[in-house]
Amino acid sequence: MSLQTDLARVRGLGSAKEGTGHWWAQRLTAVALVPLGIWFVFAAVSLAGANLGEFRAWLTVPYNLILMVLLVGVLFHHMQLGMQVVFEDYIHNERSKTVVLILNKFVAVILGVSCIIALLRVAFGG
Amino acid sequence: MATDNRPLSPHLQVYRWQITSVLSILHRITGVGLAVGAIVFAYWLNAAGYGADAFARAQAVLGTWVGVVLLAGWTFALFYHLLNGIRHLFWDAGMGFELSQVRASGWTVVVGAAVLTAITWAVVWNTAGGAG
Repeated sequence: MSLQTDLARVRGLGSAKEGTGHWWAQRLTAVALVPLGIWFVFAAVSLAGANLGEFRAWLTVPYNLILMVLLVGVLFHHMQLGMQVVFEDYIHNERSKTVVLILNKFVAVILGVSCIIALLRVAFGG
Repeated sequence: MATDNRPLSPHLQVYRWQITSVLSILHRITGVGLAVGAIVFAYWLNAAGYGADAFARAQAVLGTWVGVVLLAGWTFALFYHLLNGIRHLFWDAGMGFELSQVRASGWTVVVGAAVLTAITWAVVWNTAGGAG
């Protein structure tokens, strides 16, 4: 006798393996990255060759810091969603696939969190 | 039944190259390339958080000719993935599926990405004096 309901036992066994959650999150982050990506190109061009003082002065403008934090959060989420699909397509061994997908999430979170902390440290002069 | 030795349906190599498939593949390649670029972006930001010397070193590394070539590649990848991503969003909304429209939007994306990359680097060259 299992504690699982019949529905819980069969859920995820279809060929799709999942619902629309991943697909929708990928589109949502893509839409957000259109303005953020265009803005970042302008930001990156203006920061070419800057030293830390110039970068800090730029980040001290409130909307620059806000947009940078938003960009980092959305960018690494979108990256992780996209890389997941690539790994799912090309890694056929279930065990390796599971390990890689877990590492994919971990790397994205570590990169994203470290970037946001670095941005706050620069902006607030810690 | 063993699942690793079944006959396979015809794969990529038997199909004629055409703009629809090439741009689809390029969307994935630029996406993976941008993921690598995101790691460099994270290095750059973390260097800034670490201190002035580390940030100066990161800026110097990105300003070498290898760095500039890579950054130019990432600039094109970003513009291509951005424009083609918008093209995908239009498809998701049910628009632009006629073959003539698909070809036109595809070429717009390729030419647009190349032009925007050229403009971006022209601006960098003029403002930063080629310092990357």
